[in-house]
Amino acid sequence: MRPVAIVGTGKTAFGAFAQHSLRSLAVEAIEKALHDANVQADQVQAFYLGNFAGPSFTGQNHLAPYVGAAAGFSGIPCTRFEAACASGGTAFYHAWQSIAAGLSDIVAVCGVEKMTSQPTPVVAEILAGAGDMSGEGAAGATFPALFAMIARRHMMQYGTTREQLAAIAVKNHANGKKNPLAHMRKEITMEQALAGKPVAEPLSVYDCSLVSDGAAALVLMPLERARQTGRPYARVLSVAQTSDHVALDEKDDITGFSAVRQAGKQAYEVAGIGPEEIDLAELHDCFTIAELIATEDLGFAKKGAGGRFAEQGCSRMDGKLPINATGGLKSKGHPVGATGVGQICDLTMQLRGEAGENQVERHRTGLAQNLGGSGATCVVTILRQEQ
Amino acid sequence: MDHATLPNGTVYTETVVFSPPARYKDEAPYQIAIVDLDADRRMTVRIAESNGGGRVQIGDVVRFVQWKDDVAYFQKADAI
Repeated sequence: MRPVAIVGTGKTAFGAFAQHSLRSLAVEAIEKALHDANVQADQVQAFYLGNFAGPSFTGQNHLAPYVGAAAGFSGIPCTRFEAACASGGTAFYHAWQSIAAGLSDIVAVCGVEKMTSQPTPVVAEILAGAGDMSGEGAAGATFPALFAMIARRHMMQYGTTREQLAAIAVKNHANGKKNPLAHMRKEITMEQALAGKPVAEPLSVYDCSLVSDGAAALVLMPLERARQTGRPYARVLSVAQTSDHVALDEKDDITGFSAVRQAGKQAYEVAGIGPEEIDLAELHDCFTIAELIATEDLGFAKKGAGGRFAEQGCSRMDGKLPINATGGLKSKGHPVGATGVGQICDLTMQLRGEAGENQVERHRTGLAQNLGGSGATCVVTILRQEQ
Repeated sequence: MDHATLPNGTVYTETVVFSPPARYKDEAPYQIAIVDLDADRRMTVRIAESNGGGRVQIGDVVRFVQWKDDVAYFQKADAI
């Protein structure tokens, strides 16, 4: 296996963009990433697109060549990956494999979603398709409802509180306010977070990430080649992709996700490090409770202590492990297919010291965790800055 | 889908849905629960709140009420 490096990142702003199409967003992100990597479109040897539900949201299918051709890719494999909210992460995982295995020397990855053209109940219906439509979906479970049931159980077993969940929302909004590409650039108070309109008890609107449009892209190369460019890069120390049952009621324990624990374990082992060596993390906060349990599943806090970890400020910008320093899905927005790629863009920018007002102080080694559905797919990536 | 009568169960977790998917938009708010029916059978059900059923909490014992459109409805076992 060859070591791999990320040499280019590109993101659109995340938000509601009536004037932009799925394709125009994706092409904008890809062009930025190619420019950042100093690579021409005709040098790209394979294209990996992460997208959850383009056909449902926009009616357009056959998305990888549709986007790829518009970005200037011609005659190369263009493939779409769908793994719910981990679609971007799985596209990245396979792009990494292609270079690590020696099959390609320059690949492009893009994640994109165009969601805001549909009304909220339709969005809820499409997102519910990432769960088991015949069981929990038929019973009326939306995605917030699934994570609400996780939160209820976590509260019962470990004494986790509404205030601890709200602390995560308050932190991520404070971080996102400084991020020029974030969807909702405003701070919220603890009082606001606790008084939010209920979505699925005990979760309110302030526990939920945003429905957004947006795209993110990366350019990858073998590490040796990245070094020769003389440009800043981030080394991929490890990537792991895992899976589990789609339905929540098929899992033994829902207060954590085995797919996350397994992906974390594999990623740490291959990287040869443990959680204590991670300087910052981008965790998949589709809901506040999701960040909380990821903190536990990845070994940053003990099982059941994720709430206190957040409440005590450990995951703030000035804490021992900044989590979602760029705002998380909560404030940046969650264009589903773009999210996993966007996290790796943000982590790469942090490692390269290019995160502006969101820059964390210690940024040698970072971890990104991208979650699909209620824990059915997980991709964990560990990056290191070597220069 | 097995449409037989289901045994009593215990609520493993629950939530009340306020923001429903399109097809249930006229029913919200409604409660759903994951119920342990026996040692190795867990399912997601709708809680029937009418007829004095009320809402349920983790640990409540619930009994099967009916199948409706492939969804199992349960209510508190001690409801009238």
